[in-house]
Amino acid sequence: MTQKVLKRITNAMDSDKKLGYLLIFPSLLVILGVMLYPFLYSLNMSFSKMDFANRTMNYIGLDNYIRMFKDSYFINSLRLTGYFTIVTVIAEISLGIAIALVLNQKFKFRGFVRGIMILPWALPSVVNAIMWKWIYNPNYGALNALLTQMHIIGEYRDWLGEPSSALHAMIFANVWKETPYVVLLVLAALSNISGDLYESAKIDGANAWQAFWKVTLPIVKPVIVVLAIMKSIWAIQTFELPYILTGGGPGGGTELLSFYIYKATFKFLDFGMGASMAYMITLVTFVLSLLYIKFLSKDGEIV
Amino acid sequence: MKRSINFKQVLVYFLAFLIVLYVMAPYCWLVLSSLSTKADLLTTPLKWIPPHITFDNYKAILFGGNDSTSDAGSQFISALKNSFIISIVVTALALFLGILAAYALARLNFRGRKPAILTVLLVQMIPPIALIVPLYIIMSKASLMNNKYSLIIIYLSFVLPFVIWIMKSYLANIPAEIEEAARIDGCSKLRAFLTIILPISLSGLAATTIFAFIMSWNEFFYALNFTTTLASKTLPVVITEFSSKHGADYIMTSTGGVIASLPPVLLAFFFQRYILSGLTNGAVKG
Repeated sequence: MTQKVLKRITNAMDSDKKLGYLLIFPSLLVILGVMLYPFLYSLNMSFSKMDFANRTMNYIGLDNYIRMFKDSYFINSLRLTGYFTIVTVIAEISLGIAIALVLNQKFKFRGFVRGIMILPWALPSVVNAIMWKWIYNPNYGALNALLTQMHIIGEYRDWLGEPSSALHAMIFANVWKETPYVVLLVLAALSNISGDLYESAKIDGANAWQAFWKVTLPIVKPVIVVLAIMKSIWAIQTFELPYILTGGGPGGGTELLSFYIYKATFKFLDFGMGASMAYMITLVTFVLSLLYIKFLSKDGEIV
Repeated sequence: MKRSINFKQVLVYFLAFLIVLYVMAPYCWLVLSSLSTKADLLTTPLKWIPPHITFDNYKAILFGGNDSTSDAGSQFISALKNSFIISIVVTALALFLGILAAYALARLNFRGRKPAILTVLLVQMIPPIALIVPLYIIMSKASLMNNKYSLIIIYLSFVLPFVIWIMKSYLANIPAEIEEAARIDGCSKLRAFLTIILPISLSGLAATTIFAFIMSWNEFFYALNFTTTLASKTLPVVITEFSSKHGADYIMTSTGGVIASLPPVLLAFFFQRYILSGLTNGAVKG
């Protein structure tokens, strides 16, 4: 009897269908419960006026969305986030390719130099933010000390005290942390290029610059496209830097979208508009994700 | 001709030196700050090599020092514990559940497989800010606020899809013949997976484990909003408080920052090979 039952279970476990459902069920439960349900809940919130104290939600249609586009702070943070994203992604990718090209050359200690690339990647973003906050410190910061000792600036400056320099200081801190990831992936792609290709390009009379455009770039292009999409998704969601480095200031000059939504939700307790703004970010990241999926599935079966 | 080769070599070394400087200098400064005395650090002009190296800051933050830091010290230790507990539990749970799901999605053929894969990919893109208020409501209804469990459950929601995604790409690369050979010998599918496939995907497993740990360890946004007491505050939250609440004590913040960065940084250094393969597998191949 027991043997029969066991056998039936074993048989069931050997059918692709039953085993498949059995194995994905626990994971799906977690993902649906902790992500999809809250995700739909906040969609509902974005169409409602919410009273947290009385736990009521009244449907108000598109009001939150209309209010959001009339909110000048939201428009400001949208503009800043767009600028932040475009500049960081372009800087990370071009700097990343440049560093990867150097590290693709043969030299002593190459393994070591490649090895340290992992450091900024592994560093917690919080530590990255406090580290740069200390470096940018107006009175004792290393940046001020370095630039005065090199006679580039005459006196110490408050780098985070003025909107434009604060935003660019924040961009620099982000580029520092995110570039090595680009370096590592581009290096991996470069290692797939055989030396023969360069040889034949040389024979055809191409100089190093032409060889880069004609041989290197086409081969690393797929990696770069994927990186550009992923990096944009992450950059749009940047939260630690404005929260820790600048507090969104001065004068809202570094108030990136994630941080402004956080403020609207937890400081102004405007849950409805917080949700509708969060959905704006989600929409953008989803469009980027679909591009990503489309790009990945072009060559070979991914999904 | 020989001259130009030499020139190229010199240029490569020079650029490599600049790269090392660019990557290492900010972090080295953080480490040096944590080893400095306050007096040395706050002098102008600043000395780049601190005249006095001290481990007092580490002693103070880990074992409690004078009155001004003992409060910070006790917070730090409990946050360190919380961070370790949460990261280890999340990693273990995510690996256990994720590997099984990854196997199903990579090797089994069943209806709903493709939508499931798509879901796993897309939920990773949902910004946490879109989930935070509903999660807040759910967690307070379940009386899990200020509790390590709430963070464990929430972290699982983003670590798990990641683990599934990356393990799936590893498992899909293993030739089907290996599994079939085991099946002919009379193994069940699950057993063939556990005894044959899993052991040969050990490098993928190592990479995934490290990624999962680092993701949980470094997380800040949820921790910030779901923890208000020592019972559940994690390191990123406490360090952020150091840099704002405690009169911006930069030495303590640096010291805390260095300690918090050590587990992920050391893991990344020691298991670099796996991480590289993981990055290329998970990010580019999909």
